[in-house]
Amino acid sequence: MVAETVVPAGPGTGSPGPVVVPERGRVAWWKRLPVVHQLRQSVGLQRGMLVAGLVITGIFLLTAALAPVLAPYGYSQLRSADGPFGAQQPPSAEHLLGTTFGGYDVLSRVIWGAQTALLVIVVAILASIVLGVLLGLVSGYVGGWADRLLVVLCDAIYAFPSLLLAILMAIVISGGQSSMWGGILAAALSITVVFVPQYFRVTRAEVVRIKGEAFVDSARVLGTPHRRIMFRHVLRNSTRTLPLIVTLNASEAILTLAGLGFLGFGIEPTAAAEWGYDLNKAVSDVTSGIWWTALFPGLAIVLVVLGITLVGESLNDLADPRLRSRRAAAEVSGEVAETSVVPGGTLTAGPGGLDAIEGAGSRSDELAAAPALPDPDAVGLDGRPSGSADDPRDGAPHDETEDRR
Amino acid sequence: MSAVTDETTRAAAAARPVVTIRDLAVSFATDAGSVRAVDGVDLEVAPGEVLAVVGESGSGKSVTAKTILGLLPSTATARGAVVLTNKAGTAEHDVVSLAGERLRQVRGTDVAMVFQEPSAALNPVYTVGWQIMEGIRAHGKVSRREARRRAVDVLRRVGIPDPETRVDHYPHQFSGGQKQRIVIAMALVLDPGLIVADEPTTALDVTVQAEILDLLRRCRDEFGTAIVLITHNMGVVADLADRVAVMYQGKVVEQATARELFAAPQAAYTKALLESVPRIGEGTARAVARASVRADGWADAEPVVAAQGLTVTYPGRLRRPGFTAVDDVSLTIRPGEVLGLVGESGSGKTTFARAVAGLTKVTGGSLRVLGVEMNGVKERDLRPVRPRIGFVFQDPATSFNPLLTIADCVAEPLVVHGRAESPQAARGRVDELLEAVQLPRSYGDRFPHELSGGQRQRASLARALALDPELLVADEPTSALDVSVQARVLELFAELQRELGFASLFVSHDLAVVDLLADRIAVLYRGRLVEEGTGAEVLGDPRGEYTRRLLASLPVPDPVLQAERREELRALRGA
Repeated sequence: MVAETVVPAGPGTGSPGPVVVPERGRVAWWKRLPVVHQLRQSVGLQRGMLVAGLVITGIFLLTAALAPVLAPYGYSQLRSADGPFGAQQPPSAEHLLGTTFGGYDVLSRVIWGAQTALLVIVVAILASIVLGVLLGLVSGYVGGWADRLLVVLCDAIYAFPSLLLAILMAIVISGGQSSMWGGILAAALSITVVFVPQYFRVTRAEVVRIKGEAFVDSARVLGTPHRRIMFRHVLRNSTRTLPLIVTLNASEAILTLAGLGFLGFGIEPTAAAEWGYDLNKAVSDVTSGIWWTALFPGLAIVLVVLGITLVGESLNDLADPRLRSRRAAAEVSGEVAETSVVPGGTLTAGPGGLDAIEGAGSRSDELAAAPALPDPDAVGLDGRPSGSADDPRDGAPHDETEDRR
Repeated sequence: MSAVTDETTRAAAAARPVVTIRDLAVSFATDAGSVRAVDGVDLEVAPGEVLAVVGESGSGKSVTAKTILGLLPSTATARGAVVLTNKAGTAEHDVVSLAGERLRQVRGTDVAMVFQEPSAALNPVYTVGWQIMEGIRAHGKVSRREARRRAVDVLRRVGIPDPETRVDHYPHQFSGGQKQRIVIAMALVLDPGLIVADEPTTALDVTVQAEILDLLRRCRDEFGTAIVLITHNMGVVADLADRVAVMYQGKVVEQATARELFAAPQAAYTKALLESVPRIGEGTARAVARASVRADGWADAEPVVAAQGLTVTYPGRLRRPGFTAVDDVSLTIRPGEVLGLVGESGSGKTTFARAVAGLTKVTGGSLRVLGVEMNGVKERDLRPVRPRIGFVFQDPATSFNPLLTIADCVAEPLVVHGRAESPQAARGRVDELLEAVQLPRSYGDRFPHELSGGQRQRASLARALALDPELLVADEPTSALDVSVQARVLELFAELQRELGFASLFVSHDLAVVDLLADRIAVLYRGRLVEEGTGAEVLGDPRGEYTRRLLASLPVPDPVLQAERREELRALRGA
C-alpha cells in the first residue's frame, strides 16, 4: 500500500533505536498499520466493502507485479513462432481474449496494462505527496503573502478541467517521445500537477489547525526552532487524512491515465501496454461486432477503479466515528469504566491512584468513542489502557468529539 | 392559569413524583466492546424539587440525565424504567420504551432540557423568538400571534429586558448569560413538570452563574418546575439543590438532602469529594507563614516579572479598531513568589500570561521578564531566556504532541536546549522529573491519550520544570480537571514550589484555587487591574466594587452559609 510511505507505523519512529518491547498487552505493530487497523475495526457492510475493495486491489497489485509470468505474450508482440497473430481474431485457444486491430494479444495487453497503471499511480502519488505536503506544511506554518499566493495558485489550478491540464502537461513533458519511462513519467507528472493542489490544501488546512494547538504553543515556549516544530510536532500530526486521499486519488489517477491514452496522449503501444490506448483503438471495432477488444481493457479499468474506491470510501467512513458502525451492545453489558478518584481519600491514595494500576484495565478510547458521554477527553481514567488504546493516531476521533463540545 | 387551579394541580401532582428512575442501566457500544456507563440507578424527583446529581466526568451523571429525555445515541442500550409523570399528574410514560412520535410529544411538554453551552444550543440563523415559537407550535395548534405573545411573555419572565424588541434578535446579539436565560425560556415555555439542566452554569462566569442560579430557583418557585441539576460544582449544589444524589462509576453512592449531605456525608467517596473542594481562606495562613520566613531585602531584589503600563492590543480587521485585551497593567513578581491572577473570561488574564511567556506580542508599555524587555523583543534575544521560563497549559489533553510518548515530550525541552543528545539520553532526568510529580517511571512509555487528565497535567508540570526554570507560568492548569483531581494537582504544585522555589504566575478564574497557592492576588476586569494585594487583603477586605461582587458570587460548598451569602450578594447588587 502506498499509504505506508506516508504514515510511519508504530510508536517512536523518530528513533530507529532499540524497539520498545511490547508491554501491557499492546497490539502488535502490524495490527496498527493503516489499512490493517481499519480492517480489524470494521463490522458488517462496511467490512464487506473494505474486504471486497482489498481483494480487487490485491488482484490488481499481483497482476502488475507478476505480469511477465502471467502474460502469455509480450505487450508489443505481434507474432509467435507460428507466424503473425492476425488482427481482430476472436477469442481462441491461442488467444484467450482474442487479438486487437493492431494484431496484439488482448489478454497480454490487459495484464501488462496493470503494470503500467501501477507505475503511473505510484509515481504520480509519490510526487504529488512530496510536493503537496511540503508546500502545504511551509505555506500553512509560515503564512503571510507567500501562503496567500500559493492558495490562489491552487485555486486557479482547480478551475481547469483536470483532463485538459493533464493533456497540456503531457505535451509539455513528453514533447512527443514515446519510450516506456518517458510515457509513464509524462502521464504521472501530468497527473501530479492535478493532484498537488489537493494535498496542498488538505495539509495546509491541517497545519493551520495544528499550529494553534496547545502543544505547538508549548514547543514555542521552550524556544524550539521553527524547523523542529514543523517537522517533529506539526507535520506528523497533519498527515492523518493522507492515506485516505491517496486511495481516492489512485482511482482518479487511473481514470486520468486512461483518459490521456484514449485521447492519444498516452504511451505508444510499442513502449508499454496501456488500457486507454487500447480502448481508443477499439472504438471502430465496436460497431462491427468485435466486442472483445473494447470489453476487457474497459473492464480492467472499471474493476481497478471500483476496488480502490471501495477501499478509500470504507477508510473514509471508518475514520469518522460518527459514520463508523459498531457491533450493537448486547442487552446492557460491559464493565463500568473506572473514574479517577480512588474512594476513601483522594489525597492519600498515592500518585495517580497507584492502586488502580494493578486493577483491571480501563478504557479511555472507548469512552472517547461513545459520543453520549459527557466529556470524553476529560474522563479521568487511572490505570492502564485497554487493548484498544493502540494507535497514537487514534487521537482523530477525540478531536472530533472535542469539536462537537 | 388561576391561583386556585394551580393549587389543586399541585396538590394532585404532589402525590406522584415527576420522574421515577428504577434500576436504570445503560451500555455503549464502542470500538472495543461495550462499556457500561450507568449501572443500576434508582432516583425520584418530587414536583417542585431540585435534585442535584453530582459526580466527576465519567460517573454517568450526564447519561442518566439524557435518558430522562430519551436522548441516548443509537450506540446505547438502556434497561430499567424512567417513568415520567406530566405536570397535572394525569399521564405516565416510560421513556425507555417510548419511541418516535410519542417520545416527541413527551419532550418539551413533560420534560425539557437546558444545555451546558448556550451558544451551541441556539441556532445562529434564526431569531430567538422564532426558536421559542418553534417549540410552542410543535406541540399543538397555536396561531402565530399567540405563539409570539407567549414567547415575549416567557422572555420577560426569565429577565430579558425589553422582550418585545429582543424577541426578534439573533442569538449573537445576546451575552452569554442572556443566551442561557433564553435557553431556559425555551425550556419553560411549554410549562413542563421537569427541567433537566446539564451543567447549566459551567460555561459561564461566576458573576453570571449567580444570576442564572437565581433564575433557576425562580423556575422552581414561580413555575413549580422540578429540576434535575447535573453538575460537578459543589458550590452550585449548595446554592440551589434541595436534595443531592452522588454518583460514582455509574452508581448512586449516596442520596440525602443538601443540608444533611454537606453537614454529615456518609459515603467515603462523598467525604473525599467534599474535602477536595477548595474553600476561600484556606491558603491565607500558609501565605502568611511563607512571607514571614523571607530574607531581609527580598522585596528589593530585582523582580522576575515587572510590567509597567503593559498594554496588549489585538489588531482589528480592516479599518476597525483593535481589541485591547490588556490595558495599562502594572504588576511585579519577585523571585520565589506566587502571584495569582484572577479574572473572568475576557478579562485579559490569559493574554497577560501569554505575553509573559513571549507567546503574544506586547504592543504598549513595558514588560521585563528575567531582565529582558518584551516590548519589541526579537525571537533571537528571547531564546536564552526561554529555558528559564516554564509554562503549564490549561488543557492537558491538547498540550502534548499525541504522537510522542510522555518521556519524549518531557525530554523535548532538554533536547531543544542541548542538555541532552536525544530523548533516550535524557531518560534518566525524565524519570527523576516524573517521580518528582509523583508519576510512576513506566508512564514515560505511554502516549498522552493513555493518561487521565490529572496524570497528563502532572506530566505537563514535569515538562515545565525540566529545565529548572526561575519562573513558571500556569494558565488555568486545573480548570479542565475534576475537583478531586484538581486538589491533588494543586497540592503537588504547592509542594514543588516550596522545594524548588520558583516564582510563579498562576492564572485562574477561581478565587478559591488562587487563594490556595498565591502569595499575592491580582484581579483583572476587562483588561484593567482592579485590585492587587496579599490574599488576606484581597479576600478579607476587598476594596474594589468588582472584587466584592466576584467574591460574593462565588458559591461556597455549604448550603447554610451559601443562603446567607446569597442575601449579601442581593444587597450588593441592589446597591
